[in-house]
Amino acid sequence: MASKTKKTQFDAVKTLENIESQFEMVQILNEKGEIVEDALVPDLSDEQLTELMRRMVYTRILDQRSISLNRQGRLGFYAPTAGQEASQLASQFALEKEDFILPGYRDVPQIIWHGLPLYQAFLFSRGHFVGNQIPEGVNVIPPQIIIGAQYVQAAGVALGMKKRGKKSVAVTYTGDGGSSQGDFYEGINFAGAYGAPAIFIVQNNQFAISTPRDKQTAATTIAQKAIAAGIPGVLVDGMDPLAVYSVVKEARDRAINGGGPTLIETLCYRYGPHTMAGDDPTRYRTSDTDSEWEKKDPLVRFRNYLVNKGIWNEEKENEVIEQAKEDIKVAIKKADETPKQKVTDLISNMYEELPNNLQEQYEIYKEKESK
Amino acid sequence: MAQMTMIQAITDALRTELRNDENVLVFGEDVGVNGGVFRATEGLQKEFGEDRVFDTPLAESGIGGLAIGLTTQGFRPVPEIQFFGFLYEVMDSVSGQMARWRYRTGGTFHAPITIRSPFGGGVHTPEMHADSLEGLMAQQPGLKVVIPSTPYDAKGLLISAIRDNDPVIFLEHMKLYRSFRQEVPEEEYTIPLGKADVKREGSDLTIIAYGAMVHDSLKAAEELEKEGHSVEVIDLRTVSPIDIDTIITSVEKTNRAIVVQEAQKQAGIAAHVVAEINDRAILSLEAPVLRVAAPDTVYPFSQAEPVWLPNHKDIIETAKKVLEF
Repeated sequence: MASKTKKTQFDAVKTLENIESQFEMVQILNEKGEIVEDALVPDLSDEQLTELMRRMVYTRILDQRSISLNRQGRLGFYAPTAGQEASQLASQFALEKEDFILPGYRDVPQIIWHGLPLYQAFLFSRGHFVGNQIPEGVNVIPPQIIIGAQYVQAAGVALGMKKRGKKSVAVTYTGDGGSSQGDFYEGINFAGAYGAPAIFIVQNNQFAISTPRDKQTAATTIAQKAIAAGIPGVLVDGMDPLAVYSVVKEARDRAINGGGPTLIETLCYRYGPHTMAGDDPTRYRTSDTDSEWEKKDPLVRFRNYLVNKGIWNEEKENEVIEQAKEDIKVAIKKADETPKQKVTDLISNMYEELPNNLQEQYEIYKEKESK
Repeated sequence: MAQMTMIQAITDALRTELRNDENVLVFGEDVGVNGGVFRATEGLQKEFGEDRVFDTPLAESGIGGLAIGLTTQGFRPVPEIQFFGFLYEVMDSVSGQMARWRYRTGGTFHAPITIRSPFGGGVHTPEMHADSLEGLMAQQPGLKVVIPSTPYDAKGLLISAIRDNDPVIFLEHMKLYRSFRQEVPEEEYTIPLGKADVKREGSDLTIIAYGAMVHDSLKAAEELEKEGHSVEVIDLRTVSPIDIDTIITSVEKTNRAIVVQEAQKQAGIAAHVVAEINDRAILSLEAPVLRVAAPDTVYPFSQAEPVWLPNHKDIIETAKKVLEF
């Protein structure tokens, strides 16, 4: 038996460092709204740029109103989105209508901008099946509550698109905590093995409820987990709308041209609690961290960028705010007017043809409901 | 007509549906060029191509997710889980996702998926291969659970399962794969899901069984006949939903019943059958409805299968208790 450890040529630590050095963060706009990476600036018209800003402002208002409506008991389950507007909306902005979104529970804004009516998003929050009756031609599924499930399903959507010869992609979102799930790995690995057109987005908002990112994994980036699937991984400044748009657009172009899937980590932050169901972020977050990330607000930097370009001003922003408030009011009213759910509705939605047990129960509840 | 084993009848059903519907996709671990670990998909990839019949990475949860995702693009997936003991890896995709797909989207989406999977004891498989887990599936609203016991039933039920627009769990008993041949029509035919089959008519006792226990029940019925008892054997064929009409009609005729399953007493679906009989036909009963089931232990080490698995002797013993009550 050798008494001393044999010296080896292999340097495992160096291998890890080499890998990590490959995942530098893509950024185009800095915190002041200045272009820091000219070569990467996406080819967006003034109209497109203002439309993206409009959506981000609208969604910030939607978040504020949703929190308030939740507190009044006029909404149910709600996962705040403030801070993630660039990550959520600039990524969706890079998609086409034929692309299919598999959102997580925090990703309601993306499916709204992909075509889900606002009042249905509110019904989802309240817990009403009509909220999940996705309109024909809107390629989304309802928000996924089981963290990771949307990833394996996205691999299937993407493989389906590839088999149909479509020029479209499946796009799915999870958070930093979600990257620890088995389905996360299986999803990216399946898509990789089939060369399927999928874009996997990890919105690293630093916390999974109270658990900080560094308790999930020793990996310095989540983007590098793409290596396990043998697919490209990109770390992007998730508070930078132009950078998020660019990396998603690049991933989409590559996917529809047969280049397979991409994993994108958007480094961002949620200003609010995890959900409105009693989570208190002051227990696990410092106000210093909060204010540090408030300086990185995607709205602030994008606003500065557009104002400097002369295509945005306070008046435009106020118009959006008023429009959002009005739309939300109308949508809540429409949600209020939606007929209450009956057990017979729930039974009818179970199968195409009801099995005998449900036929029997349908009659029992129909009788109860007629009284 | 051709003489087929159950596995041949299954392959025949898959071939029939791959031909009939270009949306049908067959996939799983080693189902492609290898033709499946039991040869259930033998020759299918060669006939229909890699686009229709293909292998997957080794990850059951991924297979379940893949199936769900494919339905959004109009496909009709027929995935295979290599052994049903591996269900636990894909429990969310099955019970948490596809079973709920139609309901949670208010009918916007549906999941026309048929999961094929072998199970069942008596062939000395290693751990977690033979466990009877149909009880877990039968408790999940949104699924249908089908367990054929003959080549003829297997083909007709599998074609029905594949054509069903909601998820179906199709469980194939390993011991029945090649244990006997039966006349099976070469043309397509269907057997309705949720319909039991009276495999033997009788007037003194009803034995309700499914899977391999159907054959043990038929053997028990023959022996009991010799002792002057006329026994009816009902093969449930679908264990969720169960065919209540056929069961109750038989019990009202015979006034006595037992339910036979291979699963442990605390598992399976026998308790549900007993409860339905109690609810609907208690006034017809001359004796309580008793169950034949395995002991409530973990599935046995393979050498212990003969002493652990229920068999025709256990059925005769329980039948006599009820007949002599």
